[in-house]
Amino acid sequence: MNAIEKIESEQLKKKKVSPFKAGDTVRVHLKIKEGEKERIQVFEGVVIAKKHGGVRETFLVRKVSFGVGVERIFPLHSPRIEKIVVVRKGKVRRAKLYYLRKLKGKAARIKEASKVGQK
Amino acid sequence: MINGILGKKLGMTQVFTEEGNVTPVTVVEAGPCTVVQKKTVEKDGYNAVQLSFLNKNAKKVNKPVAGHFKKHKASTCRFLKEIRCDAEKVKEGEVIGVDIFKTGEKVKVSGTSKGRGFAGVLKRYGFAGSPASRGSHEAFRHGGSIGQCAYPGKVFKGKKMPGHMGSVKVTTTNIEIAGVKKNENLMLLKGPVPGSNGGFLIIKKIVE
Repeated sequence: MNAIEKIESEQLKKKKVSPFKAGDTVRVHLKIKEGEKERIQVFEGVVIAKKHGGVRETFLVRKVSFGVGVERIFPLHSPRIEKIVVVRKGKVRRAKLYYLRKLKGKAARIKEASKVGQK
Repeated sequence: MINGILGKKLGMTQVFTEEGNVTPVTVVEAGPCTVVQKKTVEKDGYNAVQLSFLNKNAKKVNKPVAGHFKKHKASTCRFLKEIRCDAEKVKEGEVIGVDIFKTGEKVKVSGTSKGRGFAGVLKRYGFAGSPASRGSHEAFRHGGSIGQCAYPGKVFKGKKMPGHMGSVKVTTTNIEIAGVKKNENLMLLKGPVPGSNGGFLIIKKIVE
């Protein structure tokens, strides 16, 4: 292992991240620092893309808040992310769900993956 | 005190800070360097230490250089550079490690920039070039006029024209040290440093 790979592997999350992919609904627990205090903020939405690999891996979460679409990119291995909870597994046929941006209401729903063959 | 070290650029990556922000860093293999020769005002007219970095097969060194190493009882090296500093306590043969630097310190880094070959004025000096449309023809990436007429009747010296670009010594100042790993002789520098991966670097403390 060369020096750069070693530095990158040190940055990876120690705890195993529960696997999720595009189409899944996740709840991201974020540590937010306000002055001295630290609190947890939750961002829940659909994962519409995962990009890069290794320490650079990021995922894009989209939710519709008060009729306005909100998207946030999170670095998967960021120490600010406390945990990621998979709320719902989605059944999709794309790796990038950018088409959801154009859809509204009922059309923007994602079918739930069948529970057969899952834990 | 010795205020500099020699190193090798390994490449770039990213690290998370304590706050969770992503910082781009260059990984540099810095030291250990051996003091080959010490120069003093009395003897040489100035104060400096000559540092060696990375061993080299003694057979591959030519005789004058081998003689220099033999005189100072040092092993041959791939990269030999002098660093100006007033180091009274330092002795020849002493080993300098990366631990002379601390995280958060600012340094200046010198290296040989990537060679660009024979480059035009747009790439070399950032000229604007000519419009791509609206009647222009033949001259799209030219530098324009290079002078006047019968007077002065010559092109002034230093006129920016195409030519060889890169492969020169470049120094970047105020680079923050993002981390020092003593056991692995590694140093993380915030942002980029001059040169290609595998290139040799001189890292100096900033003297105020």
